[in-house]
Amino acid sequence: MARLTTDNVQRARELIALYPVPRSALIPILHVAQEQDGWLTPDAIVHVAELLDLTAAEVLGTVSFYDMFFTHPVGRHLVSVCTNIACLLNGGYELLDHAEQKLGVKAGATTEDGEFTLEEVECLALCGAAPCLTVNWRFFGPVTPESFDKLVGYLRDGELADQVPPHGTLCRVRRSVGLPASSSSGAGRVAPRKDEAAAPRAAPPAGADKGGRGEKEAAGAGAVTAATGEGAQVERPPGADTAATVDDSRHQKGGGA
Amino acid sequence: MADTTSQTDTVTITVDGEPMAARPGEMVIAAAERGGVYIPRFCYHPRMRPVGMCRMCLVEVKGPRGFALQPACFIPVADGQEVVTRSAKVKKAQDGVLEFLLVNHPLDCPVCDKGGECPLQDQTLAYGPGETRFVEEKRHWAKPISLSALVYLDRERCIQCDRCTRFADEVAGDPLIEFKGRGDHIEIATFPDQPFASYFSGNTVQICPVGALLSRPYRFKARPWDVEQVESTCTMCAVGCRVAVQSSGSELTRYIGLDSDPVNHGWLCDKGRYSYEYVNSEERLSHPLVRKAGELVEASWGEALEAAARGLQGARAVHGAASLAVLGGARLPNEDAYAWAKLAKGVLGTDNVDAQLGDGLPAEAVLGLPRATIDDACSAPAVVLLAPDLKEELPVLYLRLRAAAVAGGVPFLELTPRRTGMSKYCRTSLAYRPGEAPALARALVDGISGSEVAGVPAASVAAARELLGAEGAVVVLGRPSLAEPGESIAAAAAVLAGGLPGVRFLPALRRGNVLGALDMGLAPGLLPGRVALADGRAWFAGAWGAVPEARGLDAADILGAAAQGRIQGLVLLGADPVADFPDHQLARAALSSAGFVVSVDTFLTESSGQADVVLPAAAFAERAGTTTNLEGRITRLGQKIVPPGVARPDWMIAAELAFHLGGDLGVESLEDIWQEVERLAPSHAGITRSLLADRDHRDGVVAPFDGRVPTTSRPPAEAATATGVGSTTAVPGAVDPMSTPGVDAVETHGLPATEVAPAETAPSGGIDPGPEGEERQVGAAVATSAAPPMLAWSSEHGPQSPPPLDGYALRLVSGRSLYDQGTLVQHAPSLAALAAPPRLRANPYDLERLGMGQGGQVRVRSNRATFLADAVPDAGVPRGSVWLPFNAGEGSAGEVVDAAAPVTDLRVETP
Repeated sequence: MARLTTDNVQRARELIALYPVPRSALIPILHVAQEQDGWLTPDAIVHVAELLDLTAAEVLGTVSFYDMFFTHPVGRHLVSVCTNIACLLNGGYELLDHAEQKLGVKAGATTEDGEFTLEEVECLALCGAAPCLTVNWRFFGPVTPESFDKLVGYLRDGELADQVPPHGTLCRVRRSVGLPASSSSGAGRVAPRKDEAAAPRAAPPAGADKGGRGEKEAAGAGAVTAATGEGAQVERPPGADTAATVDDSRHQKGGGA
Repeated sequence: MADTTSQTDTVTITVDGEPMAARPGEMVIAAAERGGVYIPRFCYHPRMRPVGMCRMCLVEVKGPRGFALQPACFIPVADGQEVVTRSAKVKKAQDGVLEFLLVNHPLDCPVCDKGGECPLQDQTLAYGPGETRFVEEKRHWAKPISLSALVYLDRERCIQCDRCTRFADEVAGDPLIEFKGRGDHIEIATFPDQPFASYFSGNTVQICPVGALLSRPYRFKARPWDVEQVESTCTMCAVGCRVAVQSSGSELTRYIGLDSDPVNHGWLCDKGRYSYEYVNSEERLSHPLVRKAGELVEASWGEALEAAARGLQGARAVHGAASLAVLGGARLPNEDAYAWAKLAKGVLGTDNVDAQLGDGLPAEAVLGLPRATIDDACSAPAVVLLAPDLKEELPVLYLRLRAAAVAGGVPFLELTPRRTGMSKYCRTSLAYRPGEAPALARALVDGISGSEVAGVPAASVAAARELLGAEGAVVVLGRPSLAEPGESIAAAAAVLAGGLPGVRFLPALRRGNVLGALDMGLAPGLLPGRVALADGRAWFAGAWGAVPEARGLDAADILGAAAQGRIQGLVLLGADPVADFPDHQLARAALSSAGFVVSVDTFLTESSGQADVVLPAAAFAERAGTTTNLEGRITRLGQKIVPPGVARPDWMIAAELAFHLGGDLGVESLEDIWQEVERLAPSHAGITRSLLADRDHRDGVVAPFDGRVPTTSRPPAEAATATGVGSTTAVPGAVDPMSTPGVDAVETHGLPATEVAPAETAPSGGIDPGPEGEERQVGAAVATSAAPPMLAWSSEHGPQSPPPLDGYALRLVSGRSLYDQGTLVQHAPSLAALAAPPRLRANPYDLERLGMGQGGQVRVRSNRATFLADAVPDAGVPRGSVWLPFNAGEGSAGEVVDAAAPVTDLRVETP
């Protein structure tokens, strides 16, 4: 598999320049590498090690520590179903069972067509919308068996391509400069919501910001994603993709209509 | 860590009610241990950074809210600190920690190599709860898996103490093993296709507190309670690491690194650690061989010695003593080297003697320049490396210097014809054109006028000069490349010696006791004790009866003369010039033309195979004596096993041969020899056998002896041995008791110190070395009026300057790698398997010019030979140069090097 592309090497160099010690850029660069191939190929790990003057073993040590890095191929959509306490009480395991049946694979496996990888995960920090799941780290909840089926259909047909990027993409906004310290507080935390009325339940801002798996990494312009909707019928938020200040993963539900 | 404890002020802490002095910055566990209180531990190692991983060292430390459990390895001492190591709370914590550490540990001690010397076993017995509440199935892994060619890993036994991974990263600088996964899935792992191919991998086995890391050569070979051991010094290279040599029956089974504070800090390289295999080899010479009708056949000692004496006497009778030569001896202990020097110079009467085989430096330069120790280098204001790749040739010196650069912040300046293992730790690495080191040294001292010198840009030279501002720099001096003559490097050293104020030199010569052999006079123009022939003639003529009239030939000239038929009697002392002399063609011609060849060796080599008489010598651990490391540090060798067959120590062979030659060395034991050395050699005055046996000098004595008792930061032996925890009982002087498991039965320091200080007698020839008494006091003897002065070398003879490089040729750079085709490596099966085939390395730019940017097969052409080689692009080789390894098999540099030329130029072509 592939080493990093020229463009991604450039991104890696920009990230390295952000830190006093090159090694600090390891995790951000790994996300870049994972965005490239959907998982961390051995060649990519070796290449990242070269860029940071580390050994491949050191990089592998870090990669293997974090659940969000994959050293095996992952389907185009990584479906992560929460079975932690709040989701469990609201039917998380039933949802996981349903997902296994619907996708035809056990948790931890990938469908034969390479479309879906299903995994069971610990708390996604969307307890207010339990049972919840993420697809490529974009939130959906509460999810019923019916809305799950619809969601799978939309994903398979590419209808959610705007909201759910290919696996590995943490953030579609390319960041090449350090963040000013002030951006971590105040208005920047919550992305402006264009269609408040359409959201029956507000996404929990603090929880998603702090606990969202990896969303913090993308917090440059506000990482909160609204992910609700029984129907998972999705409307495109106007202008969401083009505004650099808006997190790409912000997702608006269609209110089941 | 040892290097944080240099402050002189102390603080007082209270441990279990007893006040104890502690050094600011050190951890409670270390202070308590020095005070005699052993706190159990797994992850803590005094030579590495603390991590607080295992929690075994939990003790109660009083804080603002009263006593609380804290890891003793992670809490620095503070004045007035109160620590409780034995209480119900601590006991409960220890019970709990051990119960958890054993949750997944397989308890397969009966089949585990570590069983019987296992810190987990011992500390579980001493501090554990006795029972576990866990009934669940334990974790299972495939086992053992191989981390490298030398190290196996049993992941089930691992307790995740981080010792091996910290060692690989912090100490060795080869972080090729890492924790993988997390929680109870954690394991030690390499990257899939990158094995733990570190030169220091064996240390991880030694410091592993459980049986998780296993040494492949030792696995299932012996049980700890069956082995016997003796302390000794590894002589595979000249660093002189202290080891415990262990044997079972008549076979060596293992070396364990002992902690010598000024030298090896407990670490060994893998070449040293597994070199015992050659001692056990079936191929060892066990009987004398005499050539009869063209064949070497077994003979008795009497017959062989008679034949050797007859051959040498015949040559001398016909062609004179100048037709005799003695080559080698750099792997002999000091006593043996002295005996052979006395035989060669006193009995045979030849000064054609050289312990180095043209791959070192002129002996006068090595002995005459002001000497530094390893510790001096590690605390110098700046260190200049003008040496071979230390990682390949003197690995543990590399570890020490690397630590000085990384942790100590010592600025390193490297002058090298190509990138080495130390380059990345140097502030500045100047790549000079082969053969032009003196010019670069001159520019460093005097500044530079042009735009470049020796291929180094003026700006780099100017930057490097800034590092050399302070007084007292240390130069690590060796042969950066075997394709440029030692005289060239000596000339560069002379420039540095003259131009850098207060500079001292640490010789980076490779063979085990090469510095000792030079000290003992195994070099042309020298007599024992670093004395020039002219200065010491009267002194030694009195003691020995006679010394040669004129300075003799060095190795290159001996072989040159032999090739011309002017050497009629040649003695090889464990020397294989055909493999080790840089110019193989000359060495082969010399051996075939030398009239009569006697070889004293442990193996039949390409050289000794051509001898007329081969005398089998005892090898490491088969004979006692002393050895001298590159600092001039003299330590004692231990004997553990007996030599194969009728092989004898070299000094006995010398004494017997002297007798057959009609002479008498006047020595009957090692004690005799050392007494004579101590009496006659000015550099060794005061270094008596009882001094070497003294516990205060367990790390050896640096010659010349200054009379000081070394101070050490280590816990006293009494404290360490008072721990009483099974096999974690420390060997006296052990810094990490767990790294020297079961070494409690070892003699405290080499041989027992039985003999009293030698009775001083005048040399047999009647010259009185001076009145007994004050002059014999340590340090003062050098000044004794009658003793000759020691060498001081400052000559600056201009070496041949290299001719300009023509545009189609590449200038050769060569050196050794750790695992090569050397005799000892090749007879140690575990190491022989690691020797890599020779590959040519050239700058990508130069290969690109051949249209071979990716490398591939090339034809190498010189006026000596033409052969095919595998070329690899390597940006570490400067443009216009080319690297070939030395003694790496067919197609090595020895085929093309011309010893007479200042440089060797090669044409590299597409085949």
